Amino acid sequence: MTDRAVEATSEPAGRVPVAPSEPQLVQLLTPEGERVHHPDYDVDLSDEELRGLYRDLVLVRRVDAEATALQRQGELGIWASLLGQEAAQVGSGRAMREDDYAFPTYREHGVAWCRGVDPLNLLGLFRGVNHGGWDPNEKNFHLYTIVIGAQTLHATGYAMGMQKDGAESAVIAYFGDGATSQGDVNEAFIYASVFNAPVVFFCQNNQWAISEPIEKQSRIPLYQRAMGFGFPGIRVDGNDVLAVLAVTKAALQNAREGSGPTLVEAYTYRMGAHTTSDDPTRYRLTDELESWKLKDPVERMKAYLVRTGKVDQAFLDALEAESDELAAHVRKGCLEMPDPEPLSIFDHVYAERHPLVEEEREQFRAYLETFEGSDH
Amino acid sequence: MAQITLAKGITMGLRKAMEADPKVLVMGEDVGKLGGVFRVTDGLQKDFGEDRVIDTPLAESGIIGTAIGLALRGYRPVCEIQFDGFVYPAFDQIVSQLAKMRARALGKISLPVVVRIPVGGGIGAVEHHSESNEAYFAHTAGLKVVACSNPVDAYFMVQQAVASDDPVILYEPKRRYWEKADLDESLTLENAMSLYSARVAREGTDITVAAYGPMVKTCLEAATAAAEEGKSLEVIDLRSLSPLDMPTVRASVEKTGRLVVVHEAPTFLGMGAELAARVTEQCFYSLEAPVLRVGGFNTPYPPSRVEEEYLPDLDRVLDAVDRSLAY
Repeated sequence: MTDRAVEATSEPAGRVPVAPSEPQLVQLLTPEGERVHHPDYDVDLSDEELRGLYRDLVLVRRVDAEATALQRQGELGIWASLLGQEAAQVGSGRAMREDDYAFPTYREHGVAWCRGVDPLNLLGLFRGVNHGGWDPNEKNFHLYTIVIGAQTLHATGYAMGMQKDGAESAVIAYFGDGATSQGDVNEAFIYASVFNAPVVFFCQNNQWAISEPIEKQSRIPLYQRAMGFGFPGIRVDGNDVLAVLAVTKAALQNAREGSGPTLVEAYTYRMGAHTTSDDPTRYRLTDELESWKLKDPVERMKAYLVRTGKVDQAFLDALEAESDELAAHVRKGCLEMPDPEPLSIFDHVYAERHPLVEEEREQFRAYLETFEGSDH
Repeated sequence: MAQITLAKGITMGLRKAMEADPKVLVMGEDVGKLGGVFRVTDGLQKDFGEDRVIDTPLAESGIIGTAIGLALRGYRPVCEIQFDGFVYPAFDQIVSQLAKMRARALGKISLPVVVRIPVGGGIGAVEHHSESNEAYFAHTAGLKVVACSNPVDAYFMVQQAVASDDPVILYEPKRRYWEKADLDESLTLENAMSLYSARVAREGTDITVAAYGPMVKTCLEAATAAAEEGKSLEVIDLRSLSPLDMPTVRASVEKTGRLVVVHEAPTFLGMGAELAARVTEQCFYSLEAPVLRVGGFNTPYPPSRVEEEYLPDLDRVLDAVDRSLAY
């Protein structure tokens, strides 16, 4: 369990203890697509299941590319691309059982896919027709949370509720490397720890918080933070879908069995910009991106499947056709998404009646009606 | 009929709510064994267990954030913020998450979370223990904000807040925690006044004085004093700040033609400002004088040795009444 346990660091001459070296990642698939083994983590998947994971990776990347294109064409106000993080999201998403619950940030399109949320649902927020709007309880996938780290507390509270219910289920709280500096994330670690809540803290360390590199957030590897809170932390190769699946499954199972929280640091890379409004050429070098391209999560899985003969050309062709169909569904659905009716902004502010909301709705309705030929 | 304090009213109300619904939880700092620093949750953990009366870590954002998660799971958490000035670390969770999540989900989820906040000054406390921050929350759509002023209201309003499917901020006037009144325990929630209605606490004809929370008692005392001078004050206990019960205020102002709003919070952009604007819009032709405000000054809450001067008292209320009547 060398990876789960936090390695003791010898105090160097400096004031701050530092990790002796870049810690070992849990890895089951090398960047070249070679299957390797780990003493503590493994997966035993059928060829069909392996193909299924690859399909997820490909489709999720395709949806992401389509959404980026839609933004470039003015159909979305903004898009937060998951490019490069597909394995971290698909691996963890597929580790969940139906009764588990995910609390995402605004970049978890791959997790949403695994939970069975129609990718179209994700677009509303970015198009500006709603702030989310899907029913979180339908797929046990909470709404995207934009305030960094706030959802980790919701996840922890939800997990505390599961615990009170006696449910053998667990929660995953998604967040990024930047979020680990937030008070809410640290409070979530504390609450989860002292209440032994069944929650997995899944940090996608994509190395960048908009323009700030991980060095601006932490002087130790993030997974080592868990030690200070009293639960295990582990770093996994976030571009290795098999390793992420294995590690997350184990962490979820530990949580369900009453062993409390785990911090999983999925070591990955944001290959695109923070969002379509960002320009990473201002703050990072192309060399870095190029080196991560060699670790691409989708290509690595493909190399493995092709080399071992688990996929053939017919499968790949069919998958490409399916990708195009999915992209067309996303594109068509996006263009057909109606703008909300102005008066609908009053609809869901409160569960019960609120006289001011009703009064303002009526005033606004009357005002809109003064425009001759108005649609409203 | 039993004589209870305001603090005891909250305790009894919480107990009733917990008995009625096993999903009701109480959580906060020191609410368990200690029973809260004001003893409002006294005895609840003993009777309902640590699973339902939860001593939380000392992290207010964590209290509200985890309460949101619990509510999403089907619980009805009642959070205690130990003192008014300690709510700010939870501000983001309250205004960005608790208040807005239902609208974000287009109504597909509800967050029945109550946030109890002992509010206001007058107890000789150190900094951050005497603040009145209701305007921040009343300004935030998605929250309901109510304030109790007496033991009987405390008993019913906390139960009604728990029963609400919306997030409710319940302000408890800490310097009135030890005020006493008779409670008829045979009364049920069905007999109680709506959580969102204002109450005419004393009828009068010359001028309306609107207040809430700790200032209601002050205004009632002012009305008694004014009556000796032949002035008839109608005192309204607003009880709910969001929503505001404008029909009750309007009916009173249309009768008296004058309004003074009294609160401990600074007047600038406070509840008095909102009432003045609305009354001016709705009762313009009934007004005999501009709406006046009596409140805290636009300074940080002062050291306690001068809080008696800072806080609105009977004389400052009567001064405003006289100024209004002089028009």
